[in-house]
Amino acid sequence: MDHELSCQEFVELITEYLEGALTADNRTRFEMHVHHCEGCATYVDQMRQTIALMGKLTEGHISEQAKANVLRAFADWKREGH
Amino acid sequence: MQEQAMIEALRTGDEAAFAALIDAYHGQMVRLALVYVHDTTAAEDVVQETWIAVFKGIGSFGARSSLKTWIFSILINRAKTRSTRDGKHAHLAFADHDDEPYTVSPDRFLPKDDPHYPGAWQEDPQSWANVPEAHMLSQETLGIIQATMDALPPQQRQVMLLHDVQGWLSDEICNLLSITETNQRVLLHRARARVRQALATYFEDVRDGS
Repeated sequence: MDHELSCQEFVELITEYLEGALTADNRTRFEMHVHHCEGCATYVDQMRQTIALMGKLTEGHISEQAKANVLRAFADWKREGH
Repeated sequence: MQEQAMIEALRTGDEAAFAALIDAYHGQMVRLALVYVHDTTAAEDVVQETWIAVFKGIGSFGARSSLKTWIFSILINRAKTRSTRDGKHAHLAFADHDDEPYTVSPDRFLPKDDPHYPGAWQEDPQSWANVPEAHMLSQETLGIIQATMDALPPQQRQVMLLHDVQGWLSDEICNLLSITETNQRVLLHRARARVRQALATYFEDVRDGS
């Protein structure tokens, strides 16, 4: 990429940017673009907000019953002399 | 507890260590199993089988991978076996047919031959700045996210779950799923763009009062 980024190119680079996977040159192009482009600034903010919201989903929890079942299986297995 | 200490404790049959491991991973395991099998009962069965395989196999665990990666690989193998048995072959193939090169519709941008601003936004995305925080964080919003995620192609869903929900590091995910960093980022990018789009649509609908 030896030209300025278009908005259409910019939106496809966001995850690479956020994951630190862009080359130094592309990182600079990315940051220059967002600095001057309100639409892309909004879009990248929304991607960040989306990621933050993903982190609020529950990881899932264990029922006491399920845990008791697994621990009982473990105790039985030990008792059998392993 | 440090990884090596945990492995030693499990090998000596330390129940408290095992309980701590269950607390740490069981919920994540059920969520991941649900990418492969289609109901919670089947997912719980698969996780239970995995724990049994873990304590039976810990003696020969070779530490070539981390304990976490080892446990989750067992889980994925069991879940695949279960999904085959239940006839869910579609999930086994695991192909991601989503090879659309754009995550934002090309209609949103000026054409490439536009004389002034090729590829620029036709119309800027609407800001979410006026979405009240209470609404942003509401159960309804989280429900939209969950439903969108559940409808993603399985590879995208799995990577997004591990990375963005459960906070796994990229290299842990690549190891577990045997995919490249690049592939992982592409999957994550597509998944995030879809969830962002679902939220944008939802917030617009709310604003328009529909």
